[in-house]
Order: sequence, then structure tokens, then C-alpha cells
Amino acid sequence: MTDNTLDPEDARNAAREVRKRRLQAFIFVVPLLVFILFAFVAPITTMLYRSIHNPTVANLVPETLTALEDWSGEGIPDDATVIQFVADMKRMANDRTSGQLADEINRALPGMSSVIKSTARSLRRVDDAEIAANGVMLLLEANDRWADTATWQALRDAGPIYSSSYYLTAVDLERAPDGSIGARDVQIYKQLYTKTLKMALIITVLTMLLGYPLAFFMSQASDSLANFLMVFVLLPFWTSLLVRTTAWIALLQAGGVVNSTLIWLGLTDEPLELLYNEFSTILAMTHILLPFMVLPLYAVMRGIDSSFMRAAISMGSTPLGAWYKIYLPMSLPGLSAGALLVFIISIGYYITPALVGGTDGQMISNIIAFHMQVSNNWELAAALGSLLLVLILVLYWLFDRFVGTDNLKLG
Amino acid sequence: MKHFPAYYTVWHITGHYGLRVVAFLVLMFLMLPIVVIMPLSFNAEPFFTFTEGMLTFDPDAYSLRWYQEIVDDQKWRIAIRNSFVVGIAAALIATTLGTLAAVGLSSPWMPYKRLITALLLSPMIVPLIIIAAGMFFFYTRFNLVGTFTGLIIAHAALGVPFVIITVTATLSGFDRSLFVAGLSLGASPLKVFWDVVIPLIRPGVISGGLFAFVTSFDEVVLVLFLAGPEQRTIPRQMFSGLREQINPTILAVATLLVVLSAAMLFTLEVLRRRSARLGGAG
Repeated sequence: MTDNTLDPEDARNAAREVRKRRLQAFIFVVPLLVFILFAFVAPITTMLYRSIHNPTVANLVPETLTALEDWSGEGIPDDATVIQFVADMKRMANDRTSGQLADEINRALPGMSSVIKSTARSLRRVDDAEIAANGVMLLLEANDRWADTATWQALRDAGPIYSSSYYLTAVDLERAPDGSIGARDVQIYKQLYTKTLKMALIITVLTMLLGYPLAFFMSQASDSLANFLMVFVLLPFWTSLLVRTTAWIALLQAGGVVNSTLIWLGLTDEPLELLYNEFSTILAMTHILLPFMVLPLYAVMRGIDSSFMRAAISMGSTPLGAWYKIYLPMSLPGLSAGALLVFIISIGYYITPALVGGTDGQMISNIIAFHMQVSNNWELAAALGSLLLVLILVLYWLFDRFVGTDNLKLG
Repeated sequence: MKHFPAYYTVWHITGHYGLRVVAFLVLMFLMLPIVVIMPLSFNAEPFFTFTEGMLTFDPDAYSLRWYQEIVDDQKWRIAIRNSFVVGIAAALIATTLGTLAAVGLSSPWMPYKRLITALLLSPMIVPLIIIAAGMFFFYTRFNLVGTFTGLIIAHAALGVPFVIITVTATLSGFDRSLFVAGLSLGASPLKVFWDVVIPLIRPGVISGGLFAFVTSFDEVVLVLFLAGPEQRTIPRQMFSGLREQINPTILAVATLLVVLSAAMLFTLEVLRRRSARLGGAG
């Protein structure tokens, strides 16, 4: 008997078989998935969370903050609130945590760091009964900035655990005491983002100008010559980033190879300042990222039939005209893959600007590192980092959309 | 003299040679900085340029003193050991987990393939400074900052995308019916994986492992944020050397690293050819 229809039993079996296979495939991925979720995804999520979450002040002076909720925001708070704060200060002075409060308040109101630290020191040995009786006077005597409304506003505004203020700072905005949002006096970050994008663009254009002719030449060369030349592209690609940065420092410094050659040639008497500026950053990064341009370009160009160009030239086109009308459109996937790759990598670059950038070659990554390591403003670092991450993801999405990640090869 | 087609004008010929000159200059730009530091590392003087003696090939102008310094300086010795320990451990983790995952990902039955692949490749896309900051926040909670374990985990995560890419590429040339055949003969998936799949994709696995090792070996941003003084690696030591006092010891280290990269490149090329012979895309 021939029966081509599936009875319910067969369908169930087939479905079970599919589930089994899917599960089998999935099980192989589970260990890595768990590992990456812990080692990579959770840290990135923590950073994103950190950019809006800062419980430091809320943990240090919880009762003061509760008391401040009833304050009108004019003059100074009532005596009970101030006394509560003085008691908190004494406790922090003895726990040695007043420095944390000082750092937090100082970010909103410069100069408060020393005020808080000295006040805390003066309150360390005062007994509790004295604080309950004369707390307000003690505080005002310790420093007259405690009589300012702005000081108490800063304390109150630092209270919320969740805050968008780090993002506002990251785009050079601030919230005025009345709640309106306006530009900050010091404009740093927007300019730095613009500068980072500008430098990344220059580097991308330079790698295009250098990489295109090289990849074209290699794609026209015989297989053995092309393979030989490939070594000269891949060796720098595989050489440690720090080695290549070291090489540029050795070449460009005052007593380095380039300057001593220029002096020997009589082109200059004094060594030129070639290192520790924007110029050296762009030069070294162009060198470091050039293989990322050449490799995808070469991969695409090798697949282009050169007879199209020959045909166009034989029919009277100029080489440049033939290139523009025929070859360029065909090599465009490689060019755009290389360009976006170089652009994305250079936006997030840290090491080379840190080592050869001096003061005017710093990029956005360097200021993130600065807030992580030097100023300890981790929330601002997280906000700046989150903005950078969004920028990169948008670029990457565009890349995937228009170019396709299949053009990425490792060499 | 090369013969050009009859329709070539003088401009075509100029263009032809012009392209050669430009390509040659670009190759010089790529190679020269790396080549120049090699002879400089044998400088007898603590300078970063060629001394007169070096240019006249005076044997006294050359010395191995900076190499001797690497051997004598305990900091460099520890850094070299740390780099290899962290690199090998990270590469082992990344290669083991990455190869398993690549096998799953290349199965036609794999659910949510695009999403999971994107997730596993993402450490390659996110800038290192962001990864470093995030890991610093998160690893602190588990007391992993300033430990070898923390650094190895961090570097293994960075190496994973490279393993996935190389192994998946090798697997694309792998005949899946072999896997099914193994299963139908009664072997467990893990046994088929070990006895059938691994031997066939070995070149891809090894090059993935090498990529993961090199990634860790060159990495310095995560080391700056996550490592304590005891976990200093070679790049970390070079970083502080370049920031604090520069001396040609760094050039000697750099020269050794270039030699190492050349050896690595050669190995990968051999593996790539072998894997191409086996029918994979490697």
C-alpha cells in the first residue's frame, strides 16, 4: 500500500526529530555562550548601567537626602536637616568616606572638595550632644560656603541614584538649578567627538589613497609576485601594535632617524617637532591601519576581470576615464569595506594616540581612559563610552546593511 | 623593454610605470618603519638613530647590549613569562569553546543563528577602551581585577571571534554527512566531534588558536585596566617604557617580536595551504 500523506504519528516524530537536531546544535554553542555572557556581555551591560546609575551619595548620606526632600530650595535648609547632615559628616570623617562625598559634590560645584574635607576633619572629635545642640553653628563656622544655597542644591541634586546628568555632561550640557537644560561654560566633549571623527576621516582617506594603487598593482601582478608582495602587507599587519608605534617613535623623535637624516641632508638645522602631536598620531595610525584597507580591496580587485579595462582603453578611452567608468564601480565593495573598517577602528583607537599624540592628538578613547584612571569620574567615562558604543554600532549596522560582513577576511 | 598594445599612448605607458612607482613607495611605507628598528636595536650607543660608526659598518658601533639587558632585567623576564602564560591559557579557552560553538553554528538546524553569531563576534567590533571600562566595573565585583584569572578570561573573550571565523570557514568545506554517518553508527555527538570532525578541521582550529594567542599577546588596553603589577605583560612593559624612559631595550624587544610575527605568519600560511588542500576555505 502506498500512502504519501503523513499521519499524525509521523508528523509528531518528524517534529521531535527537528527539535532534537536543533537542541543538539544548540548544546555545542552553550558553553561559549555562557562564557561570553559572563566575560563580555555582562561587563558591557554594567558599563551602560553605570552611565545612569550612581548610588555613592545616596549611600553616604541617606537620611540627609530624605530630610532635604522637604526643603524649598531657597536659603539654607531647616535646623533639623542641617544637624542631620553634620552628624553624617562626623560619621563619614570617622569612616574615612568623606573624600568620596567631596569628589562627587566637587564635580557639580568646583571648590567643594576642600570645603567638605576640612569640615569633616573639624567635626571628627565633636561629641554628639554638642552636634545636636549647636550643629548649625558648628557647620557655618567650619566654612562659610555652607551658608550658600548653591552648596545645598548641589548636595540635593547629587542624591538621586539614577541620573541623566552624565550624558548631559558628555554632550557639554548641564541642568540649571531651576531644571532647565543649557550649554556648559566649558565645552570639551562635543569638540573632542568632532575632532575624533575628523581624524578618523583623514586616516580613512589617507589609507584609501595609499591602499588603492597598491591593491590595484597587486591584483594585476602575476600570482607569485602578488603572493610575495602580500608578505609585505601581512607582516606589518601581524606585527604587534606596540612594535609599530615604537618604530614611529624611534623614527620621528628629536634625535631620531628622520630628523638626523634631514639635518644631514641640510634641509633643516634644528630638529623638527614631528612627534607628540596630531600629525604623528595620524601618520602612525595610517601606517597601522593600511593593511585593513589593502586586504579587502585586494580580495575584491582580484575577482575583477581586467579585460573590461583593456576593452575600454582599446576603444579610445583614457586610462583614467576607463578606471572611473568601469573599474571604480566594480571595486567599490572592497573600497567601502576597507573604508568603513578603517573608520570604525580608528574612532575607538586608544594606544597610538596615548603614546604619540601629545596633547593635541588625543581622541575620545583617551578622555575615557582619563576619567577611568585619573579623575575617577567613572560614571562620566561610562556615559562617554556608551555614546561611542552607539556610534560604532550604528556605523557597523550601516556597514552590514550596505556592504555585508562577508567581505571581511582576516588575510 | 616591455611591449605595449599598439593603441597605448605615452600617457598609458607613464601610467603603467607610475603605478609601479606608487605601489613600490606604499610598500616601503609599510615595511620601512619595521625594518629600520632592527639594525637600530644593535646600536652600541643609547641612541635612536644610526651613529656614524654604524653607517661605516664599524664592528664596534654594533653590540648586543640591549639584548643582554632584556635577559638581565627581571621585569622583562617576568613580562615575557606572563605574556606566554596568559596568551596560551586564553588561546586554549577560546579555541576549545570556540571550536565547539563553530560546529554548532555551522549546523543547518542551529536556532537563532544570526543573532548568536553576531553576539559571539561582538568582542571584535567594540572598541577596546569600552571593553576595558566595562570589564573593570564588572570584574571588580568578583575580585578578578589584578588577577591572572581575570586577565585570561578577558583575553579569551577577545580571541573568541577569531576562532569562530577561522573554524566556521574550515567547516564550510566539511561534509556534514560524515557527522550524520557517525551518529547513525551509534556514536555520541561528542565522540563524533572528537574522532571525526576535529581531525578534519585541525588546520582551521590551529590557525584560530594562533589568532587568539596573537590577540592576547599583543593586547595592552585590557592589561592596563585589569592587570596588577604582577600580571605585567610584554606590551604593558613596552607601554610604560615608551611613556617613562625610552631606551633601545625596547627596540631589541620590538625586533624579537617582529621575528616572532614573521614565524607566526609563516606557520599560518602553511596551515592555510594545508586546509585549502583539504577542501576548506580556511
